[in-house]
Parts: sequence; C-alpha cells; structure tokens
Amino acid sequence: MVEFTLPKNSKITTGKTWPKPDGATNVRKFQIYRWNPDDGKNPSVDTYFLDMDKCGPMILDALIKIKTEVDPTLTFRRSCREGICGSCAMNIDGINTLACIYGLDEVKGDVKIYPLPHMPVVKDLIPDLTHFYAQHASIMPWLETKTNRPAKEWKQSIEDRKKLDGLYECVMCASCSTSCPSYWWNGDRYLGPAALLHAYRWIIDSRDEATGERLDSVEDPFKLYRCHTIMNCAKTCPKGLNPAKAIGQIKKMLVERNI
Amino acid sequence: MNFLTDRKRAVHRGASNTGTEVFWGQAISAVGLAVLVPLFVITFGCALGGTYEEVIAYYQRPFPAIIAGMSLTVAMIHFRHGIQVVIADYTRGLPKKSLIIICTCIAYATAATGLFALARIAL
Repeated sequence: MVEFTLPKNSKITTGKTWPKPDGATNVRKFQIYRWNPDDGKNPSVDTYFLDMDKCGPMILDALIKIKTEVDPTLTFRRSCREGICGSCAMNIDGINTLACIYGLDEVKGDVKIYPLPHMPVVKDLIPDLTHFYAQHASIMPWLETKTNRPAKEWKQSIEDRKKLDGLYECVMCASCSTSCPSYWWNGDRYLGPAALLHAYRWIIDSRDEATGERLDSVEDPFKLYRCHTIMNCAKTCPKGLNPAKAIGQIKKMLVERNI
Repeated sequence: MNFLTDRKRAVHRGASNTGTEVFWGQAISAVGLAVLVPLFVITFGCALGGTYEEVIAYYQRPFPAIIAGMSLTVAMIHFRHGIQVVIADYTRGLPKKSLIIICTCIAYATAATGLFALARIAL
C-alpha cells in the first residue's frame, strides 16, 4: 500500500557526530543511518569522519574502518567483499548497490549510507529480507523434471545455455526489488524483479519440464503484472543485469500462450 | 496472521491465472490509439472553426464519424484497463473494488454517450 510519509517511529533524527581523526588532512564525511531496536528511539543519522589516506577504495572498506576504529556498534552485513555474495547491499548516495564494489570515488561530496529502502530494518544497515527470500523460494528456484533422471546428466546445448546468460549471475542482493516503486507499494503480493528474474531463468531453462506450471504460478495481476517497466531495477543492479527485460519476456510468453 | 509461515505469506492465495488479458488488451488498444489519435486530430481539426451546419455536415460523412467513434471507443477501453492497473497499485480493500466499479462505469458510459451523440449527428 502506498505510504507517502514515514510512520512516527520511523522519522529520522539527527544522531551523534563522531570526532574527526587527529592530524588527518584528507578527511571525508560519512552520514550513516542508525537504528537500534533495543533502545526504543527513532532512527538517526550519525556523522563520521575518516582519513582517506588510510582507507581502502571501496565503501565497504570505509564501513569496516568505521566499525573497527570509530564505532564498533555500527552494524551491517558483509562477506565476500567482491560482489559475489550480495550481503552488503545498501543504499549509497541514493543508489541501491553493493558496498564492496562501489568505489568511494564514485560518490561526490558527503557519503550518505542508508539500508535498502522500504524494507523492515533489523538494525542499522541490515534489512529484513525474510519475505524477499520466501518469494524467491516460491518460484521454485531449482530444476523441475518429470522424465526419469538420465544416467549421467541433463544435457543442454551451447545455444540453450547461452539463454541463461544475464540471468544466472543474479546474487539476490535485493537492490533491484527494493528500488522498485511497485515492490515498495505492493511487495506483499508482487514478487519483485529479483524473484521474477529467477523465475524466468528457470522458465527458459531447456532442461526444465515445469515451464507451464511456472508460467501458471506467476500469471497474476499482482505477482507479475505490477511491473510497469519503470526500469529502476535495471538501472540499479550492481551486476549489470536487466530484470525488467526478463519480466518482459515472461509477459511475452504468457501472451503467446494465450493467443 | 501472526502464525503464518514466511512461505505461506509469499505464496499468498496463489496465482489467479488472470492479468494477461488486461496486459494484452492495453497493448492492443495502445497500438490502436497510436493510429487513431492522429487521424482523430486531423479530422477534428478539419471541422474546427466551422459553423454548426458545416460541422454537422462534416460528421455526417462516414470517415470522420467512424474515426471519432472508434477513437472514443478504443480510448475508453484503454482507459478502463489503465485505470484498473492504477487503482490496484494505489488502493486496497473496499476503496479498490468501489473505484474499479465506478471507473468502469464511467468508461462505458462515456463511450456510450459519445457513440449515441455521433449516431444522432451522422444518421
């Protein structure tokens, strides 16, 4: 449902300003969203200063430096630090992306970091992705076959394998879904770009034998047709994928099936 | 609601297996309008500035009358599909159902009124 204003307990206040590093000449300001479910306070934006001469080149480097050297209570997810795990997705300078592959030099001025938008927050920069993962599970992200299992392997031609390029690379970081206004308003029923990209990945897999069932399971005004080709998903995807195109392909397949 | 599993919440009530007709209908009417609207603007523009008798005589000719009738009908079909999508985006529950009913009635009533007026002029 559309919400044009934040609920009272979500209104962001000004937080703590941490001291500048001593003797540093190349200082950069970071404004980071903070919220602790245990203190009962509204979210705030804390201000940190880092010596850029002693910091790595990526946003994640800065966050780790803040956590290690300035404020150990700052909470965020991270793991692979090379854009493979999708853990460190957050809103950086207004763009949903992965902190580990987003350079500090790509941000002009102060660095503003918020959690992925329109998701429940667990703490600080950690969004609750429970529903997002459940939606992903609901599209059956596995090979579904009815023919008896072959002795060695399910074969796939090189051409058919190529159809999966631009789809299988998705790391489920949720940057796309949380940048989609349709997902903001109707995320409880709309599957969102990430789940639909994965749905299409299995629909067009030449080895999969549940294409009809998969199309049936997404043919719905809310699950699929809330996509209005806004294209925020394609613009924001840190892996350079195009979920909107995949959704368009599903719609095309459904039309072809109906006429 | 508190004890529903995450998976059940995600699956909701399953897929309704509808929506493709609205999507396809909107696409067809959009293509139709892309052709009809320029023709309507041209034919309407030709009648613009004429006297009452001239305009009546103009719309008694088949081409302008058919273009006007088709434009109105296709535009209202497009409106009905489009507004349903917009309403479903922004409202829920009873307001959603009520608005869809009201807007559908407006679309059909507008098309019927326009076609009746055209028929009276043309016939």
